Amino acid sequence: MAELPQAVRGFGVTFTTMFKKVVTEQYPEDAAKYPPKPRFHGRHQLNRWADGLEKCVGCELCAWACPADAIFVEGADNSDTERFSPGERYGRVYQINYLRCIFCGLCIEACPTRALTMTTEFELADNNRADLIYEKHDLLAPVLPGMIAAPHAMVPGATEKDYYANKITGATGDEVTS
Amino acid sequence: MGLEEALPSGVLLTTVENFAGYARKGSLWPATFGLACCAIEMMAVGGPRFDIARFGMEVFRASPRQADLMIVAGRVSQKMAPVLRQIYDQMAAPKWVLAMGACSSSGGMFNNYAIVQGVDHVVPVDIYLPGCPPRPEMLIDAILKLHDQIQHTKMGANRRAQIADLESEALLAPATVEMKGLLR
Repeated sequence: MAELPQAVRGFGVTFTTMFKKVVTEQYPEDAAKYPPKPRFHGRHQLNRWADGLEKCVGCELCAWACPADAIFVEGADNSDTERFSPGERYGRVYQINYLRCIFCGLCIEACPTRALTMTTEFELADNNRADLIYEKHDLLAPVLPGMIAAPHAMVPGATEKDYYANKITGATGDEVTS
Repeated sequence: MGLEEALPSGVLLTTVENFAGYARKGSLWPATFGLACCAIEMMAVGGPRFDIARFGMEVFRASPRQADLMIVAGRVSQKMAPVLRQIYDQMAAPKWVLAMGACSSSGGMFNNYAIVQGVDHVVPVDIYLPGCPPRPEMLIDAILKLHDQIQHTKMGANRRAQIADLESEALLAPATVEMKGLLR
């Protein structure tokens, strides 16, 4: 190889590259093949207990922890006729401004009830600022089978302490009538 | 801009719109405008793993006169704002702006006197991309959403009608301060 002109040797590099594995990720077409890591910091999610009541208690610790002031929470009192979360209070207004959010996860660390977690969803781009302020209904977790959407009463006989101890396995069906 | 702006509305203009949209989104050349950490992710998009050349955008032009898209990647300081505006003014129309990352979209965590609170205070922004910094896939997603926007851009008489519609809609819409949502 040493006697070959340097210019021709250069093409050898190009030629061998043809037999190497392609590293390009075909992102929009094969996006499912390259999922983000499970602990990737994506869009937030407001979780529910197993019976569909919201986990958020409106304590605003996430808003206090946020270094970018991206979160706004306004709590309100639960009543016996309209109950969104077990216990005293729930988050009535919950807004996250994704234009401010830096996805650091300090809000998740601050949350005392694990109400706020992050999903791996990242396709958030939009063409105006208003739509990137996500309201509570954009952030709430879906109502899974076995859940009843809030507001409804707690599982009969249970207190909020049973919820926090994770003793609730699902809605019994009596919540809405009681 | 040219002859296409003078066409009457109808089938001909719609065809020209479709073709112009296809051509414009097919070779959307970005201007090199990396300001901070988001620029690293923008460079990753230009690299082989994400390969923006798949969308005909691999040529990051150093001259704004050859660029169609300004990717504002990073925080814009008050001192940088006039420079940014000048680069935008030097770009030939049609031109688009992508605010990449939290800082250029809204100021992000730098809510202070040194940083412009959103690059849309200086130039019109077509697409906002959250993230700090956004991963390369997020930038590609935003670019594809912008491509979709470009494909459906109206021209000439249709564009004037659209502007009139948007204007009358905007006059009826409530002011931002009145949009309270769930707030009391």
